[in-house]
Amino acid sequence: MSSKTVQKLDRVVIRFAGDSGDGMQLTGDRFTSETAAMGNDLSTLPNFPAEIRAPQGTLPGVSSFQLHFADHDVLTPGDAPDVLVAMNPAALKANLADVPRGATIIVNTDEFSKRNLAKVGYAESPIDDGSLESFHVHPVPLTSITVDALAAFDGLTRKEKERAKNMFALGLLSWMYTRPTTGTEAFLTKKFGAHPEILEANLAALRAGWNYGETTEDFASSYEIAPAVMPPGTYRNITGNTALAHGLVAAAHQAKLPLVLGSYPITPASDILHALSALKRHDVTTIQAEDEIAGIGIALGASFGGAIGVTTTSGPGVALKSETIGLAVSLELPLIIVDVQRGGPSTGLPTKTEQADLLQAMYGRNGESPVPIVAPSTPADCFDAAFEAVRIATAYRTPVFILSDGYLANGSEPWAVPEVSELPDLQVEFASEPNGVDDKGEPVFHPFLRDPETLARPWAVPGTAGLEHRIGGIEKADVTGNISYDPDNHDKMTRLRAAKVAGIAGIPDVVVEDPSGEARLLVLGWGSTQGPIAAAVRAVRNAGHSVASAHLRHLNPFPANLGEVLRSYDRVVVPEMNLGQLSMLLRAEFLVDVRPHTSVRGLPFSTVDLADVILTHLEELA
Amino acid sequence: MTTIDHPTTSNGAAARPSGLAGIPLLAPDAPAQTKKEFTSDQEVRWCPGCGDYAILAAVQSFLPELGLKRENITFVSGIGCSSRFPYYLDTYGMHSIHGRAPAIATGLATSRPDQNVWVVTGDGDALSIGGNHLIHALRRNVNMTILLFNNEIYGLTKGQYSPTSRVGQVTKSSPLGSVDQPFNPVSLALGAEATFVARTMDSDRKHLTAILRAAAEHRGTSLVEIYQNCPIFNDGAFELIKDRTQQEARIVHLLDGEPVQVGPEDDRKTLVRMPGGRQEFVAADSLPEGAEVVVHDAGAEDPSQAFALSRLNTPEMTHVPMGIFRSVSRPTYDDGVRAQVRAAVDTAGGPATDDDLAALLRGRDTWTVG
Repeated sequence: MSSKTVQKLDRVVIRFAGDSGDGMQLTGDRFTSETAAMGNDLSTLPNFPAEIRAPQGTLPGVSSFQLHFADHDVLTPGDAPDVLVAMNPAALKANLADVPRGATIIVNTDEFSKRNLAKVGYAESPIDDGSLESFHVHPVPLTSITVDALAAFDGLTRKEKERAKNMFALGLLSWMYTRPTTGTEAFLTKKFGAHPEILEANLAALRAGWNYGETTEDFASSYEIAPAVMPPGTYRNITGNTALAHGLVAAAHQAKLPLVLGSYPITPASDILHALSALKRHDVTTIQAEDEIAGIGIALGASFGGAIGVTTTSGPGVALKSETIGLAVSLELPLIIVDVQRGGPSTGLPTKTEQADLLQAMYGRNGESPVPIVAPSTPADCFDAAFEAVRIATAYRTPVFILSDGYLANGSEPWAVPEVSELPDLQVEFASEPNGVDDKGEPVFHPFLRDPETLARPWAVPGTAGLEHRIGGIEKADVTGNISYDPDNHDKMTRLRAAKVAGIAGIPDVVVEDPSGEARLLVLGWGSTQGPIAAAVRAVRNAGHSVASAHLRHLNPFPANLGEVLRSYDRVVVPEMNLGQLSMLLRAEFLVDVRPHTSVRGLPFSTVDLADVILTHLEELA
Repeated sequence: MTTIDHPTTSNGAAARPSGLAGIPLLAPDAPAQTKKEFTSDQEVRWCPGCGDYAILAAVQSFLPELGLKRENITFVSGIGCSSRFPYYLDTYGMHSIHGRAPAIATGLATSRPDQNVWVVTGDGDALSIGGNHLIHALRRNVNMTILLFNNEIYGLTKGQYSPTSRVGQVTKSSPLGSVDQPFNPVSLALGAEATFVARTMDSDRKHLTAILRAAAEHRGTSLVEIYQNCPIFNDGAFELIKDRTQQEARIVHLLDGEPVQVGPEDDRKTLVRMPGGRQEFVAADSLPEGAEVVVHDAGAEDPSQAFALSRLNTPEMTHVPMGIFRSVSRPTYDDGVRAQVRAAVDTAGGPATDDDLAALLRGRDTWTVG
């Protein structure tokens, strides 16, 4: 046992940063798994360049993974790291501005060569020139210690040995924060099972890192973070993209329908395609299409055939799919469009997050073309959002948008796994017999005869005898669905389609959280800003102020009580990662002069910044 | 979900699987279907004299021959005059958006092996705005039949040149003559790895019906180019091969296993491959030295000869091959996709139960909070 002291902490934010090829995402993932196994609550933020391998050692090539874990509930991945692991000078330089004074920095001194320093514009090594004085710097020759620790592995080249340095770093951090490494050992065994020597080398590097922390004097103590108090249940750690894929599969299971995905690879949505293509066992068919348009066409064709058609993409893909979404609106068929938003316009920032597709989802089509929108608020909530989207799509025969984003897609958090027996039943009734009579009194099928309550039309799938019918993108006559250019009919059908979406039932009222009951200021968010907003609001309340908060998950239609809620506060602030898109919708819909607070930096809001914004508004109201 | 057991012949060789395998048939004692049953109650709204009428009549008359239940036939179309086709057939149908029908049909055909899927498209729909979907459907070999009505003009938008319009063609958008190089749809399809490619003509009901039959029977994507006259914007585009006095000298009927020939009986010419590869029609009794008679083999694995035949076609229509250029058996995309899903389900012991879903949701790494 170590003779070193163990200190107790309530929360820690660690950021692993290195070159794209240094394995920082894997290191972060493994540390996250270890932390989840310890029972801490957590939230993660991967941040990586769009280039697969930018030039080595340069600033554009820096990849990082931030993890916030605590003995209490965690709302965000954290603003500022308490510990920065910098695998090279570029990683140090790119991340130093985020590190508060007094924080710990572990640097891999082996990479601080003249050449590498010069690549990022350091004239002198910051380790030696005193510029890091206000931090706790641990200079560790990570690469060479790893190589030394693997001296016995004759079959490996020096390069291969160097590659295990991320496992050394993981071992060191695991010791520092008393994380178990058994999960990582099992993971490595599975990953490198076919290459015993590489497996053994990685395990050795991991152990060497742990032992380094335990034995060297440089690290005086390790830390413990007690498990968080969480509601009883079975938990797992899950990313937004995985949760979304699982939500779609669970919904299809509960609808007793096959799931068909038509998709074209695009960052940051591709992981949903990957996840679903591995779930064939659950009657999931995935078709990687020739382009975005074909992806949604395939999904729509499958929906016509009675499957749950899904297409997954990001903003640029939505732009291409718009015409087919309009067709689905006109055909009134279920269809799920997953938009994992990223920075735009155009190619924009493929690996960075943004919420700027809201108006595209809402209005980005020709004609009056209403589409319901559901926006998950946390990585785990992507499961529920997907489930809810399928509910709406199948019950109302409509395309539905799921607006996730890059932050939710790649971020992760513990998820209380739901009991399958408690998932709602989504079983759908296909039309099975004629629902009208023709001029001669013969039974006929009217594909656009609506359910009076939901306004949904019957879903009659090919293969059903007697219901043969034709539908298309040309305006259809009410009830019969025949082509109609009649002015009054078009007016009626346009209003019916709008009323159907506006009248979607089962959308819960927006819930306002106002512990003091005296708040005059409401902070309203949507989608992935929930965590940062909740954390900022908590900080403001802890400072003794009253502030109310609420979060929207349904953007179209809005919850029925939203207008009343907005009007009951002296001021409403709407933080969004765009230039005020929800604010615009709220003003137009409710004539309430909401105050946008916007940021499009490709990163989630900082809790501290948001808290300042809220305090400023409170001062103005006082 | 159905998987198709590919039949074998008595001598053990793999027989070609049918495009209709897996699609429910009418009961043996059911009364024979009629053209009328396949005719919807919608008024047909093409221009008088449009070639589409003849194709519609041929299809409506032919469909009963398949012996399929009407509810197991779906026509999907894009946009354009020809794409109104599904409205006039009393089957399932979707009139979709411009160029996208092959993609939509791919989703339907892959998820519904019990459906006999047809795509109706035109030269603009299939080769211009929808060119990408067409080539990828052909490459994948999804089990469906694509009827490409080629009238070498945009009709519905009232007369602009299309990707098959001839160089120099004067249209509303090319008043000085088109400078666009046209596509040869058959060459394009062969280049896109198509397994079944044929050409026929609106006015030859018998030939058209025979091609439809072969196309429907083919398992995979069948591309049928149908020369179709637009009497309003491009009247007479195919007159040289419709005119009875000229057609015999110009139409090259592709007959499997037969020499490729053209011309009336008293002046018949045979296609030969000259040393070096050049093709030439020569009088049957004067084979040049070293020339090799081209015998049509639609089932040849190598598409080179089929491609060479497709190049006989020139804008002058001196020689226009009609018939099946290529018909080879290759595993279809949709069968492959379904086989993978089926294998995954079977290996796991049958359709996913609630417990299976619960196991998926839990993943491999859970912890319990008491």
